[in-house]
Formats: sequence, structure tokens, C-alpha cells
Amino acid sequence: MDVSLDLLINAIVSGLLLGGFYAAVSIGVAISFGMLDIVNIAHPAFILLGSYVAYIGNTYFGIDPILAAVILLPAFYALGMAVYQVYHVAFERRDDQSLRGLSFFFGLLFISEVSLVLAFGVDYRSVQAPYIGPSLDLLVIQLPWRLLVPFLVAMAMVVGLQIFLSRSFIGRAIQAVAQDQLALRLMAASPVRIKRIAFGLSFATAALAGAVLIIIQPVEPSIGREYIGRIFAICVLGGLGSFGGMVIAAMTLGIVENLTSTFFGPSWAPAVSFGVLLITLAVRPSGILGR
Amino acid sequence: MASLDARPAVGGVAPGLGSVPFILALIVAAAAIFGAGKLIGNSYAFFAGYVVVQYIVLGTAWNILGGYTGYVNFGVTAFFAIGAYSTVVLYKLVPALPLPLMIVVGGVMAGLVGLGTGYLTLRLRGVYFSIATLALAVVVQTLITNWDFVGGARGAYVLRPRNSPILGGEYMQYLFMVMLGLAVVVLATARAIERSTLGYGFAAIRDDEAAAEASGVPTLKLKLIATTLSGGFMGMAGAPLPYYVTYLDPSSGFSLNYAVNAIAMPLIGGTGSWLGPVVGAILVGGLQEYIRVTISSAINVLVVGVLMVGFVIAAPQGIVGLFQRKR
Repeated sequence: MDVSLDLLINAIVSGLLLGGFYAAVSIGVAISFGMLDIVNIAHPAFILLGSYVAYIGNTYFGIDPILAAVILLPAFYALGMAVYQVYHVAFERRDDQSLRGLSFFFGLLFISEVSLVLAFGVDYRSVQAPYIGPSLDLLVIQLPWRLLVPFLVAMAMVVGLQIFLSRSFIGRAIQAVAQDQLALRLMAASPVRIKRIAFGLSFATAALAGAVLIIIQPVEPSIGREYIGRIFAICVLGGLGSFGGMVIAAMTLGIVENLTSTFFGPSWAPAVSFGVLLITLAVRPSGILGR
Repeated sequence: MASLDARPAVGGVAPGLGSVPFILALIVAAAAIFGAGKLIGNSYAFFAGYVVVQYIVLGTAWNILGGYTGYVNFGVTAFFAIGAYSTVVLYKLVPALPLPLMIVVGGVMAGLVGLGTGYLTLRLRGVYFSIATLALAVVVQTLITNWDFVGGARGAYVLRPRNSPILGGEYMQYLFMVMLGLAVVVLATARAIERSTLGYGFAAIRDDEAAAEASGVPTLKLKLIATTLSGGFMGMAGAPLPYYVTYLDPSSGFSLNYAVNAIAMPLIGGTGSWLGPVVGAILVGGLQEYIRVTISSAINVLVVGVLMVGFVIAAPQGIVGLFQRKR
């Protein structure tokens, strides 16, 4: 195969952008799994819900997909708090997170997917926006705006959440909940309330991630499953509870996947994340920047 | 948790039938069901019955790992499809091979994949195994989609012979009989595990893995045994599938419905004993078949998801558990 330098550079650069988008998709799980120890495998399904929200807002009301997601952020936040409440009462308090708690999220994933199929069918849906189509040319590098915009949104989300988590009282309490719940209670903060807020936040990120997903590619209800492997590969590789590690892991995976689909064909890309996940789990389960 | 389960105390005498009478009872029950099907003589009965019995096998296989050791396998479709596709491969290479042998090969392949996945991930916390199995389903699907020999994304056709090789009748009756036989094997194995030291080891892992490890239970070895057995039986359940559907493509072979059903049925029936998955498969499988015929096939999968979530929240011990508590 003729490997030209241009092709290689373009694959790496768009891999970086794709990785930024993967960071947006994974940040919700980095919060729920990494900080709250709640294995929300249904997260991709809620991202798709966000995609369809953006689709409805864009197609029927003609608003920008990202704006549509922003408008519905509070609704996703509330939904996340409700899901956490059920999870807490039914599983966390009974100390039955592993078997039934996981199955609960698996059930949610399935219900959400089937409901989307019933509502929208299995056809691919996409959105219209001025930045879908043109690209920014820098010498030999082509930066498509439909990858650049999600990248920027993702970085804004990561930086914003990082600032919130390290500066505000609630943000610090969320980080504390991962470390010592008893100490948190002694600081007069209820761990359950803090976790509810954090889980709501993790859901809210799904709305934005969904909007950027439908900008990058057309979506259909079962597409979320492809992201489960990716998301958890990124979170595990990045080391749980660290946004910096997660972003590095997301970009690594983006580049490796892009090189794979450039040189071996796009149908092989979904296998990359599983390989990365298995190798990480077998060799270094604490991740690249793990504690 | 252990106190609520239908598990005899360690060292105590297990209630109920001994192993040999139990297997005989299973065989009699299977023969009676098959005879009843013959009496009805309607080929729809065999088609519908096959699905329910297939889910008994699949649900029990999942329960050997999920219910007994507490490790959740979400990659049911991967193991199921490995069984199904190994039959497709064998069909193309040696079409004369009898179906039971194909089932054994499919089971061995799926069991080996289970062993490998377990070996790489079971030394870590249980959630990592669950996540790895979720991803495994995607990766096996990717491999099959890219494998032209088995039809790739286009799918593969398998000709179903016209007549059953034994006892006469259509081939569908033979498929049903084979699946019933498989159910007898799987249920007998599951119950034997429950009553053996292996079962006590599994229960110890489920209830407190650290304590089990500290008391000298070889946890990794037991978990690998459970994963291999469970994966192998799932592969066996999938092996006759190509003959049942006659056309198999990756998106139907890897349908999430198989995974949801295989997980929902033990959880709804009760994960503590062999009876739970059977009860769950018969009730949920029957209900699904009823809804599929009367309302729609999209609603029927939704019902299973909703039932599963409802049961894990409201009745964590399943239907079997509800009856035990009242006693």
C-alpha cells in the first residue's frame, strides 16, 4: 500500500479531532464510573437520546443542534438525578450494585434503544448546520468544520467541568465523594445529594455529546452500542477519575482508530477499542495516569 | 443475600431428588413435551417451542456465571453467535456432519473464548469483566462482518434438510428435539453444580470474594470454570440457529434481543437456583411469543426490558424468590 505523508498527517490530525469528540462522549462516564463508582453502561443510550433531541430541534424548529442540546440540558440533568435516585434506593442501599445494578442499566440501555426505534425507526438521521460540509485548509492539512466544532465543544466541556470540580464547593465535594464518604458527611455534606448532583451532571454531558455525535455522523438507534467499548476503553486507559488522562486516552484512541480505518478499512475500526481495552486491563488496569 | 437464596447450607443434606432421578425426571419431562408437540402436529408449535427451550438453555447458561458467581456477562450474543457461526463454517466445510457434533464444536469454540476473556479480565473487579464482555460482542460482530467465508455483512444461507433423521417428521421437529436434549444436559449440569463443592465455591465468590479468597477458595480457577462452562453452553444454544433461521447475517445473529432475554429471564425467574431461568424463560418467552403474534414484534422486546428493570428494582429474588418468602 502506498502510504503518502499527506495521508498520514491528515489521518493523525483528524484522529486528534475525533479523539476530542470521544472525550465529550466519555466525560459523563468519567464522572459516573470514575468518581461515583456507578457503572452506567446505559450512558451511550442517553447520548443517542441527546442526538435525537438535537435532531428534533434542528429538523422541526430549525435551531442549531448544539443550541437544542443546551436548551435541554436542565431536562437531562433532572433525568439523571431521577435515575440516580432509583439506583440509590434499589441497589446502592441494598449493596447490590454488581449483578442487579448493572442489569438495571443494561435494561435502561435496551429500553431507550427500543423506544427510539419505535419512535423514529431504524433509518439514519442527520442534522443541517452551516459548519457541516466546508473545511478549514492549512497547507496540506484539511480540517473539516464538522469535526472541528465538536472538538471545540468537547474541549469547552472538559475545561468547564474541570474548573467546576476544582473550584466550587460542590465540585470539590464530588471529588471527595470518590475518596471518603464519611469525611464528606463530617463536612456537613450529604454524599447521596452530592452523588445525585454529579450523576445529573454526567447525564447533562450526554445531551451535548449527543448533539456533537449527530453533527459528526448520521445516527440510528443501535449506534450507541459501538460507543460502549470506546467509552470504557477511554476511561480505563485514562485512569479513573482523571480528566487529563481521559483526554489523552481519547485522542490516542481517535488516532489509532483513524489510522486503522485509513489503512485497513473503516469496518475494522470498532475492533480497535476492544483491543485497547483488553490490553489495558491485562497490562495496566490503573490506566496511563492512574493513581 | 445468601440467606434468601434456595441454597442448602454447607454440609447439610440437599433437599429434593438425587442427581440420577432428577436427570431421569428431566428426560421424562422433555419426552412428554416432545410427545405433546407431536400430538398437536402443528409446525408452529415446534417453531415457538424451539425459541422457548433455546432461552431455557441460554438463560441457564448465563445463570451459571451470573447467578451463581455474581459476575455479569453482557456478551451473550458473542458466545451465541460464535456457536451459530461455527455451524455455518462446518456446514460449508463438512455438510455431512451430524448436528450434535456441530453443537459440540460450537460449544468448545465459545467456551475457549469465554476462558480467554475471563483469563484477561477476571483478576480485576467484576465490572471490568462485564465491560469487556459488552465490548466483546461488538468485536466478534466486527470480525464476522469482515469474514467473507461466512458471508460477511451479506449473511449466509444454510439449507435445512426436509426430514428429521430420526423418528420421522419435519426437520424442525428434530431441531426441537435436539434443543430439548441440550436443555436436559444444561439443567442437569446447573443443578449438579449447585449441589457440589464447585457450587459452594461459586456462592462464596458471589457473597464475599475477598473472604472466599482468604479462606482458601481458588477464586480465579472457579471463575474461569464458570466462565468457560457458561460461554460453552451459550455457544451450544446458538449452534443449531443457522438451521432454524436458514439465513444468518451478523445483524440478526448479534441481535441485542438474545442478550437481553438471556439476562432478563434468570433475573425475572430468580437467579438463586436452576429453576429460576426455567420459570423465567417459559413465562417471558411465552409472553413474548403471545405479544409478537397479537400486537407487534417491536413491543415484545420492549416488554422484556421493562419487566427486567421492574424485577431488579422491585423483586430482586425473582419469581422463585417471591414464592420462597411466602412459604
